[in-house]
Amino acid sequence: MSLDQAEPAAPPSAGPAPRKAGRRDGGATGLLGRSRRSGRWWTPWLFLAPALLLFLYFKFIPMANALTMSFQEVQPYLGNKWVGTENYATVLQSHGFREAAWHTVVLAAGQTAGSMALGLALALLMEGQSRRLKFVRSAAFLPVVVPIAVVAELWRIMYHPTGDGMLNSLLGLVGMGPSGFINDPDTSMASIMLTGIWRGAPYDMMIILAGLTSVDRGLYEAAKVDGASRRQRVWHVTVPGLRSVFSILFILAAIRGLRVFTEVFLLTNGGPDGSTEVVMTLIYKLGLEQNRLGVGAAGAVLLFVATLLLTVVVQLLRRRESK
Amino acid sequence: MSAQTETALGLTESRSAGGRILRAVVYLLVLIVFAGPLLALLVSAFGHVKDPTQLSVIPSGITLDNFRIAFDQGVLTYLLNSFFVVGGGLLLQVAVSVLAGYALARKVFPGMTLVLVAVLATLMLPEEILALPLSLILADLPVVHFNLIGTLAGMIVPLGAWGFSILVMTEFMKDVPRELEEAARIDGAGDLRIFAQIILPMCKPALGVIGVFGFTMIWDQYLLPLLVSTNSSSYTLPLALRTLRIDPSVTPGVVMAASLLALLPSVIVFLFFQRSFVSGLSSGALKG
Repeated sequence: MSLDQAEPAAPPSAGPAPRKAGRRDGGATGLLGRSRRSGRWWTPWLFLAPALLLFLYFKFIPMANALTMSFQEVQPYLGNKWVGTENYATVLQSHGFREAAWHTVVLAAGQTAGSMALGLALALLMEGQSRRLKFVRSAAFLPVVVPIAVVAELWRIMYHPTGDGMLNSLLGLVGMGPSGFINDPDTSMASIMLTGIWRGAPYDMMIILAGLTSVDRGLYEAAKVDGASRRQRVWHVTVPGLRSVFSILFILAAIRGLRVFTEVFLLTNGGPDGSTEVVMTLIYKLGLEQNRLGVGAAGAVLLFVATLLLTVVVQLLRRRESK
Repeated sequence: MSAQTETALGLTESRSAGGRILRAVVYLLVLIVFAGPLLALLVSAFGHVKDPTQLSVIPSGITLDNFRIAFDQGVLTYLLNSFFVVGGGLLLQVAVSVLAGYALARKVFPGMTLVLVAVLATLMLPEEILALPLSLILADLPVVHFNLIGTLAGMIVPLGAWGFSILVMTEFMKDVPRELEEAARIDGAGDLRIFAQIILPMCKPALGVIGVFGFTMIWDQYLLPLLVSTNSSSYTLPLALRTLRIDPSVTPGVVMAASLLALLPSVIVFLFFQRSFVSGLSSGALKG
């Protein structure tokens, strides 16, 4: 098939593309001349068209809509009314939202720290080449590939609050009373966190293991010759060598934590007594159950700003450190 | 295992009996903690219906009753929906990624940086945050005015473009030698030919990576199907688990049987493609 045959299909799908190209044509004639040698100027745009179109429809337009909606009172069939920053004021002053924001931060922080600490411990214990190790590592990694909905249902049953629940019977073995887990406001948040760590730690372990391969082996030898203990070797050689791995894991996990939805939705749906309500479950309820789309959108925009700020701050810290 | 490199803890040196036992205990503990719950799922899925409502790791006889009841509850439909969504989504995603990757890796054109930034930006836009406006857009696509709510297409199309796959393809396609392409061009091959017959065949490992990751990502989708589906006939299997659980006549064993069907495909894909999975994981994460 030649390009000419593909041409008729191009105009409708390449909608947004030529406009962007046109804007920069003036200053970039040199580049244009170079690409003309290997095809027409719109060839790359033709290849990019499906991706750009899908991104436009399902990422950029929704983002723009979220922004506009956050300043509007959204009324289906009646037309939207511009209300300025009222939605943001509603969100920020609402007790429920502040609670949810706090829960989200606690959950994200706990899961991130727990997964990274456990992941590092696992990686250090299971670093090596033997077949047995590879088997154990693969088995330990399984929680990461299990669909989140299955994880939630599985843990829901394991958390059964009576004494014959799976985890409660384990607690019983060591002489501890049955815990309410997700049914008790005092333990519900910790229970969700535990499930998150179970699924997050093996992922962190794999990334840290990959990072460990780039730590200079000679440094271990040198440290050992200098009489460094195991703990000193880990603390002064391994951990500094993994710094960039840690910061990436931190960003990934923290963002994952801030936008947490499915686990909470399925395990507790914010309950009991709102003790596990997080920002996303609240937004879902506001938008899709109470039809307060404007307020929900304002909450979503605030959440987006928070994740963005987090990413930028961590990146800046990293850059300063590497200088 | 003699040819081992030094590890941080120096654990491989411990050849003493005590060291070995300690390691074995640690491995056992890791297996119990991380694989144990999944073993309990497996055992309960095949356990007897009359069992107490709890999970157990000790098998109490094997039966397929849980699966039979699950199928009576329509699990087959949900499973087929899931397969349809993952099949369609993956095909679309791979096609979109290789096309976009070709343009970004092999072409120099004005606006390229802008496109790269846009692709990166989509990775920073969590789909959860877009949930509300996305559900409105799916109900009435701008310009073309399609309604995708309640259709399986609504769960597929938004997953078609994934920044991760596009970036992986771009990085990989950059490494195909220029000379191959130039030789083909001198022979009169057009872009489509070069793309299909030279670049694409050399990117099979990358196709493996984006295929495995795309599969896992789509199979794990929850929020999008939740936004799109209007009634149980368009549920995917993960969504159906909740409906099953809420039904008071359904025992946990049945939920676990359905859960087993929901997790098996991703576990199989992971076990078969472990190498590309792990390498993609670390390259994706470490390149940031």
